[in-house]
Amino acid sequence: MYPSRFRYEAPQSLAAAIGLLHDGGDYAKVLAGGQSLVPLMKLRFASPELVVDINNVPGLSYHRAEADGTLRIGALCRHADLEHSALLAGTQPTMAAAAPLIADPIVRNRGTLVGSICHADPQGDWASVVLSLGGSIVAQGPDGRRSVPVADFVTGPFQNVLEPDEIAIEATIPPAAGARAGGYLKLERRVGDFATVGVAVSVETSGSVVSRAGIALTGVGGSTIAANEAAAALTGRPLSAESISEAARLAAAAARPRTDHRGSAEYKRHIVATFVERILDRIGQPAERAA
Amino acid sequence: MIIEDRGDEAEVPVRRIRFTINGEKKAAEVEPRLLLAHLIRHGLRLTGTHTGCDTTNCGACTVLVDGQAVKSCTMLAVQADGREIETVEGLATASELHPLQEGFKEEHGLQCGFCTPGMMMAAKALLDRNPDPTEEDVRWALSGNLCRCTGYQNIVKSVLWAAAKLRSEG
Repeated sequence: MYPSRFRYEAPQSLAAAIGLLHDGGDYAKVLAGGQSLVPLMKLRFASPELVVDINNVPGLSYHRAEADGTLRIGALCRHADLEHSALLAGTQPTMAAAAPLIADPIVRNRGTLVGSICHADPQGDWASVVLSLGGSIVAQGPDGRRSVPVADFVTGPFQNVLEPDEIAIEATIPPAAGARAGGYLKLERRVGDFATVGVAVSVETSGSVVSRAGIALTGVGGSTIAANEAAAALTGRPLSAESISEAARLAAAAARPRTDHRGSAEYKRHIVATFVERILDRIGQPAERAA
Repeated sequence: MIIEDRGDEAEVPVRRIRFTINGEKKAAEVEPRLLLAHLIRHGLRLTGTHTGCDTTNCGACTVLVDGQAVKSCTMLAVQADGREIETVEGLATASELHPLQEGFKEEHGLQCGFCTPGMMMAAKALLDRNPDPTEEDVRWALSGNLCRCTGYQNIVKSVLWAAAKLRSEG
């Protein structure tokens, strides 16, 4: 299989890339890691007339924490960079849990977090993780930059709010309000398969009280699902067996799974509840997590 | 390269790229839609790199690009401009097999052999950064490469054999 013909440009600057997109209109695509776009082009689900490869644009491979604790992840930061990141291992438990579960190790060498979120596959893991953390995508176009919360950025399956001449240049995670805990669990038939069910849980605690919580679901609906009611059940009080089981029940209710070759809707809903409980139980009992 | 004659060749944009493959410097003129796997197999006639699933699942087409394992069916050949590529043909010297190749022979790490070049290149990327992997390290590192014959047991043993040999050679 090979893609339809396209014009290929590999600009050396962001301004040049945006200029190319501006002229290319609706028929241009940005190529970063290419681990979703290239297969789609080979299958002819996508046949862009212009491909703007941003791999030669310097200064987009970073992931770093600002002084205030904001985490910034550049458009060319690969999954493997995040998987091996000491910064994430020390400060971002939900992201650190998810990174080794993205696709497979070879795909992780090329694919990017920002690209995964832009691709907006309902079965993409990063959108749930970043959604649970209240993160945003920063888009740059001819008229400047804007920041869009991931909750508003992904509008449906394979759809986002980027204008044709905008590039998503980074993802940002706001600083934690208190101590950060969390996890990501993914049920997959084998390594590299899309998630049958994925659950991201992020919790911030001040003292023993949960000051902020986020729960987001992968693969159980037409797009990434923010289980806001489930998260609200955790907020403003200490984690307890009651609040955990309430959150699990509400998260399962927020899921919109379909019966398919990966399992029945009922089964997937059950897994959502199980994963929410499992992540939160581990947060409540750090000693057992090590066991 | 041989391309289909549709009478519109003049409109096909071709790019000139330079790269190193298995230590040799090369240049090629490629259409942007040409995949790296096709450049390697058809353009350079290095048919040790296999294309299996063609959908980024199986890993048979794994090569190293600047030392990193990459599925060459999911990278454009134009993106190899200025890069160093290693394929399975680069493992052996004129007189000696690479320890990975020896390991696959000693531990019977293959049956049909289709996945083997990809397995070896993924394993090479692992051993280049971690000379003393555990069995679990090996299993995770090869989890993007599918084998339908062996059940993986002997592949894992082969990689561990090669790791020990490489360490003993210092």
